[in-house]
Amino acid sequence: MPSGQFKTSYRDDTKIFQTLWVKMWLALLMACLVVFPFFAGQYLLYLANLVGIAVIGVLGLNILSGFTGQISLGHSAFLALGAYASTLLTLRLGIPFWLSMPLAGLFSALCGLLLALPCLRLRGLYLAIATFAFYFIVEYSIVHWNSLTNGTGGLTVAEPTVLGFPIDSDTKIYFLILSLVVAGLIFAKNLFRTETGRAFIAVRDNDVAAEIIGINVVRYKILAFMICSFYAGVAGSLYAVTLSFIGPEHFTFLMTIEYLAMGLVGGIGTIAGSVLGAVFMTALPEAIRLLRDALSTHYPFLVSRMSDLQSGLYGLVIILFLIFEPTGLFGVWLRVKKYWLAWPYSYR
Amino acid sequence: MDSANFHILMQLLLSGVIAGSVYGLIALGFVVIYKSTTVVNFAQGEIMMLGAYFCYYLVVTHKIPFLPAFVLTLVFSALLGMLVEMVILRPMIGEPVFSVIMITVGLATLLRSIVGLIWGHDTLPFPSPFGDATFEISGMVVSPTEAATVVSAVILFLALFAFFRYTKLGLATRATAFDQRWAFLMGISVRKIFSLAWAIASVVAAVGGVFLGLMGGLEPNMSFIGLKVFPAVVLGGLESIVGAVVGGLLVGISESLAGGYLSGWFGSGVKELSAFVVLLIVLMFRPYGLFGKKEIIRV
Repeated sequence: MPSGQFKTSYRDDTKIFQTLWVKMWLALLMACLVVFPFFAGQYLLYLANLVGIAVIGVLGLNILSGFTGQISLGHSAFLALGAYASTLLTLRLGIPFWLSMPLAGLFSALCGLLLALPCLRLRGLYLAIATFAFYFIVEYSIVHWNSLTNGTGGLTVAEPTVLGFPIDSDTKIYFLILSLVVAGLIFAKNLFRTETGRAFIAVRDNDVAAEIIGINVVRYKILAFMICSFYAGVAGSLYAVTLSFIGPEHFTFLMTIEYLAMGLVGGIGTIAGSVLGAVFMTALPEAIRLLRDALSTHYPFLVSRMSDLQSGLYGLVIILFLIFEPTGLFGVWLRVKKYWLAWPYSYR
Repeated sequence: MDSANFHILMQLLLSGVIAGSVYGLIALGFVVIYKSTTVVNFAQGEIMMLGAYFCYYLVVTHKIPFLPAFVLTLVFSALLGMLVEMVILRPMIGEPVFSVIMITVGLATLLRSIVGLIWGHDTLPFPSPFGDATFEISGMVVSPTEAATVVSAVILFLALFAFFRYTKLGLATRATAFDQRWAFLMGISVRKIFSLAWAIASVVAAVGGVFLGLMGGLEPNMSFIGLKVFPAVVLGGLESIVGAVVGGLLVGISESLAGGYLSGWFGSGVKELSAFVVLLIVLMFRPYGLFGKKEIIRV
């Protein structure tokens, strides 16, 4: 019997589920997630939906920034584009949600393509600035294109339907989001077992070297932008459905920071990290709320400054993780796992 | 062009120069940090804002006269800059660009929320020590605060220019900017230069922030003005101090003109947007900015 997990072929190395144990634990997790809405309360369910949306959104960001190395400060713009596209397609053209959601993803991907074109030759700071400028332009269009987006007044989202079934309760939205999260995770996991995904990683590690070994850098950068914005577009349309009302105030620059924080906290450039980061960063405001309620008897002014407390903690979390734990929660998990694998002889 | 239109144009140009000199100050700090430490500082606007609020706190809450309060603000900002460099940026030396950019974004978020927590989100009026009596220069209305802004910006530009050009410490800073390792081998304390760069940048930003507060009051969203440095430095080039100032002025003037002539068609926000649209177009054709140094990348 082998004393550890040893890989003897490339097939072994590229397996999605490395061991039987992983499969079993995932099956158990899946079962828990399926029964979860029947035990959870209204609010917990709403939070779970937010986590699911965040997982989809941060997966997109991770594919672009974590795996392809292209910094994006315009992520909330793509979420906004997806949210507005699906809402408007349903409201104005009467297209049902199950069609308008992928169409919103495609529209967002098209905008990603538009952004990618001027960004192809940019790197580092200049790329960050260009994506940031893109965010400003999208935000401006949403606020000022009154006839289409109703400006700062916002839009009420129509009740979604999937193939004629109305999705009218949080439980149904939960299952919709859950299935999309699973699909998104499987796609992302598989993407990095294919040539395309490996090309992304090569572009991240050194784009000049990647070009020299025959990778079409232009093509893969555009593709990464499009996949990222497709994910964000889908996440945005789900966000619109969950909130049932959207306005420009839902898609601020703070949202971009929140998503970047999720990526960094979870572990940049890891799929599992995206999930961990999404859970952590969605739970964080709840923790802050508890903290605030505990402190508010002594410091009553904190109640009105909730948003500051929240954004300040996002900033602090980003700084602390970057300094002390650059590999994120996923790195912590790996370390813990390694420690227990050889316990009690953990000094290998 | 008749005289009324000409008058409007001149007035717009003038307000562009006034706003542009504040942008130039912030961009100047940004470039000083980038040049000597190769850190892209997304928190420049927040450091500016913190300086402005600190000055407000001294003058309005503690009734300290403006001039000593201003000097105290500069000391505070210098210490803040050094602290930030020491605690947050020094552990990041050698980390990828992405992480360094992200940590300054995190810092920006943190500082903005600290200001929001302490002083709230309402606009706080900051009474100007220069009085309210406006005067006219060939028909154009100027307030003494605006005049003081431009004058102090010019003084700071000249002082910094002289510092980098003629002093030994300035030479050491330029040497560090040129190549950190070589500077280190020549006996320059790179660590001190890094601290110095952050201190200078914060002080310059605080001056900009105080004048901005005097002209338009204080609110946490004023930190977004720090983002205007990006169009400015991309236009002027990341490495050039003169370029930063010119870029800041260009952004101020183009904004003022867009606000004056285009907002009738596109709505009020076009003023803030114009610089970013110009920026995207410039980057499309010149990926290293108008005057930026083209990097040669080796594998």
